[in-house]
Amino acid sequence: MLNFLARRIAQLIPTLFFVSILIFSLQHLLPGDPALVMAGEEQDPAVIEQIRHQYRLDRPIPVQYVYWVKGVLSGDFGESLRIKVPVRALIEQKLPVTLQLGSMAIVIAFLIGIPAGIISAVKRNTVWDYGANIFALWGISTPNFWLGIMLIFLFSIELGWLPASGYVSPTENLKASLAATIMPAFVLGNAIAAVLMRHTRSAMLQVLESDYVRTARAKGLSERSVILKHAMRNALTPVITLGALELGTLLSGAVLTEQIFSIPGFGKLIVDAVFNRDYAVVQGVVLVTATIYITLNLIADIAYILVNPRLRG
Amino acid sequence: MKILRLAAAAALLVISSASAFAETTLRIGLAEDPDVLDPTMARTYVGRIVFAALCDKLFDIDEHLNIVPQLALSHETSADGKEVTIKLRPNVKFQDGEPLDAEAAKFSLERHLTFPGSFRKPELASVDHVEVVDPLTVKLVLKTPFSPLIAQLTDRAGMMMAPKAAKTEGDKFALHPVCAGPYKFVERVQQDRIVLEKFADYWNKDNVFIDKIIYLPIVDPTVRLANLKSGGLDLIERVLATDIKDVRADANLKLSSAIELGYQGITLNIGHDKNKGPLSQSAKVRQALDLAIDREAINQVVFNGEFKPGNQWVNPDHPYYQKDFPVRARDLEKAKALLKEAGVTPPVAVDFMVPKGPETEATAQVVQSMAAEAGFDMKIRVTEFATSLKQAEAGEYQAFMLAWSGRIDPDGNSYVFLHSKAPQNYSEWVNADADKALDDARLVTDMAKRKEIYRKLTKLEMEDEPILYLYHRRILIAHTNKLEGYKQMPDGLVRVIGLKLK
Repeated sequence: MLNFLARRIAQLIPTLFFVSILIFSLQHLLPGDPALVMAGEEQDPAVIEQIRHQYRLDRPIPVQYVYWVKGVLSGDFGESLRIKVPVRALIEQKLPVTLQLGSMAIVIAFLIGIPAGIISAVKRNTVWDYGANIFALWGISTPNFWLGIMLIFLFSIELGWLPASGYVSPTENLKASLAATIMPAFVLGNAIAAVLMRHTRSAMLQVLESDYVRTARAKGLSERSVILKHAMRNALTPVITLGALELGTLLSGAVLTEQIFSIPGFGKLIVDAVFNRDYAVVQGVVLVTATIYITLNLIADIAYILVNPRLRG
Repeated sequence: MKILRLAAAAALLVISSASAFAETTLRIGLAEDPDVLDPTMARTYVGRIVFAALCDKLFDIDEHLNIVPQLALSHETSADGKEVTIKLRPNVKFQDGEPLDAEAAKFSLERHLTFPGSFRKPELASVDHVEVVDPLTVKLVLKTPFSPLIAQLTDRAGMMMAPKAAKTEGDKFALHPVCAGPYKFVERVQQDRIVLEKFADYWNKDNVFIDKIIYLPIVDPTVRLANLKSGGLDLIERVLATDIKDVRADANLKLSSAIELGYQGITLNIGHDKNKGPLSQSAKVRQALDLAIDREAINQVVFNGEFKPGNQWVNPDHPYYQKDFPVRARDLEKAKALLKEAGVTPPVAVDFMVPKGPETEATAQVVQSMAAEAGFDMKIRVTEFATSLKQAEAGEYQAFMLAWSGRIDPDGNSYVFLHSKAPQNYSEWVNADADKALDDARLVTDMAKRKEIYRKLTKLEMEDEPILYLYHRRILIAHTNKLEGYKQMPDGLVRVIGLKLK
C-alpha cells in the first residue's frame, strides 16, 4: 500500500511538470501581445517597450518559463499584468467563491436528480416517468446562458425576489449570500441533475429486476423498504462516482455561469485573464485547477484501493 | 390604547427621521472591470469613470467642450507658447489631509512624466520641466509649444495624487489611491466591486450629496439592464442602442445621452499591404468604397437611427468639424466609374478584419452588402480584439474596422492615426503635407487659425482616405428616476457632483 502511494505521488511530479510546460507554451501560442493589450488605446511604442521589459516579455520563452517556475516553487505565482495584484492573492480570493457555487450546485443536482431518477424507475412508463424524462432532456439541452437570463427576468425583474447578479460572501451575510448564489447554482446544478437522473433511472431499473430484490419482495417486505433499503443503496454507488466525475462539468460550467451572473469567481477570473492576455493569471489559475484535478484523481485511486483489496497488487 | 398610539407615533417618527439621515448609496453598473486605479498607470475608458469621482483634475470640460477650472483656477500661456503658468485653487486637501499646493502639483506632474511605465508620459511629452513659482502657482516649461496641453490636463495627466501616499505606495499606489476628488477610496474586490465614500474635506463638499458609491462591473449588457430594472443598480453605462426603446418604455428609468468624442471607422491599409490589393494601390478605389457606403442607412439599420453618421475624426456637432466637407450621399454610379478609371475589374476582393462584437459585426455586414453593389467583395474576418491589434500593427489586413474612444482636443483624434511617424498609423499613410498640418496645429492656440490648418488636413485625408469615418456612437447612460441632477458630458464619464438620490 505504502509502496503504491509512494509510486503514485512520485508520478505526480513529472505530470505537474508536463502540465506546467503545456500551460506555458499553449498560452504563448495565442496570437496577440499582452503589452499591446495592456496598453489599450495608449499605444506609445516607448511605453510598450518599457512594459515588455518590466515583465520580461522581451526575453526568450524558455527564459520566461524558468523565471515563472522558480517563482511558483517558492509560492510566488507572479503579478497580474492588468491590475498589479499578486496572482496568489487573486486565487485565494476567487477559489472559495467558485467552491461555494460548485458545492451548492452539486447539492441541488443530487436533490433533484436522484429522487427524479428513482421515481421514474419505480413508476416506469407512467406520467411520472415521462415527466422526469422530459425534465432530463430539457436539463441537458438547455444552454446555461439562456436559462440564466430567463431566471433573471423571472425572479429579479418580474417577481423581484432575488438579486439579478453579484455576490455576497456567506461570512458577511449568509442570507444575502444564498439569495445571490441560488440562481447560478441552480443553472449549474440543473444540467448535472439531468445526467444524474438518467443514470439513477437505468441503475434502478437494473437493480429492481435482480434476484435479491425479488427475494426481498417475496419475503413480504413493504415496497417502500424494498426500494429505499435494498434497491437504492446498490443502485447509487455508480451514480455517486458519476457525480464526482461531474465536478469537471461544474468547473467548466462555472466559467459561463459566473460571467452571466457577474460572480467574481475562478471562471470569471480566467475568462477576463485570457481576453486581456494576462499571462501570469491564466498560468496560475490553470496550474491550480490542474493540481486540484490530479489530487482528486489520486484520492479516488486511494479510495478504490481501500474498498477493493484486489487492486493493491 | 392611547399609550399604544403614542408609542406607534413615536416609533414612526424615529423611523422617518432615521431614514432622513440614512446613508445614501449610489450603485453604478460598469461594462468592464477597470484596470489599475493609479492615474499615472491607468489605460482604460472604464477606469476613467471611477476616477471621475475619485481624482479631481487641474481642469475639466463642460457640455460644450469648453475647458473649465477644477483644481486649477486659471492658466496662462506665454507669448512664445513655451511656458504655461497655472494658478491653483487655494485650501484644497487630498483625501489623507495633505494640502494640495504647488509642490504637490509639481510632484504629481513629475510622477506622470518619469514613473517607469507611465502612460501619461507621451501625453505630457512636450513638457520639459515643472517649476514652483509660489505656493499656489506652477509653471510648465515646454520643449516646444503644444496647444493640446491644457486639454490633456482635463484628463488623467491632470489628476493630482497625494505625494506622501504616492511615495510610500510606489507602484502599489493603485491598491490604495489617494487623490483630491469628492469621494475617497474604501475597498476594491477585483471583478466584483469598487467602493468609495464621501470625502468630508472636499473643496466643493457643499455640492456632494450622496454618501457612498459602489461600482459593480457587469459585463453582459442584458444583465446590466436587468439589474437596473430590478433595483439592484441605480445607474448603468453603455446601454445597447437596441435597448433604448426598452429603457424609454420603463416609467422608472431615464436615459441620458450625448454624442461621443470618438469615432467608428474603417482603416484602409495603404502602406503595408503585403498583397498589394487594389485598395492599397489606388486612392480612386478607396474613394469608390467610400461612395458605396450609405452612412445614414447603417445608422438606421444597425442602430435604430440613434447614432450620428460622420465623415471626420470629430463628430458633426464638434467645434472643429469642417462644415464644408459634409457627409457625402451614396453614389453607386460614381463608385463604379471610379473603379473603371482605376483600371480594376470587379469584384475587388478585400480582406476585411472586424473585431468581435455584435455592433461591429452588424455594421461590417451592412458595409459588405453595400460595397458588393459597387463591385467589392468584402471578405469579413471576425477577429478577437487582442489579435486584431497585433495584425493591424503587422499590416495583415486590407480594411480594419476600428473604434476610437476620442479625446477632447482634435489632436488626440487625428495625430496618432494620421501622422506618418505616429504609432497608431495602422494604414501607414505617408503624406508630407498632412504631417505638416498635424505638426502646425500643435503650435497654434488660436481656434480660428487651428481650424484652418485642420481644414487642409481634412481635404488631404478625404482625397487619400486612409480612414473611412463612418459614424459616432451615442453615449447611453440609463438611471432610475430616484437619481436627480444627472447630466451627460460628451466624454462619457459619470460625474457625481450635484447628484441626489431620492
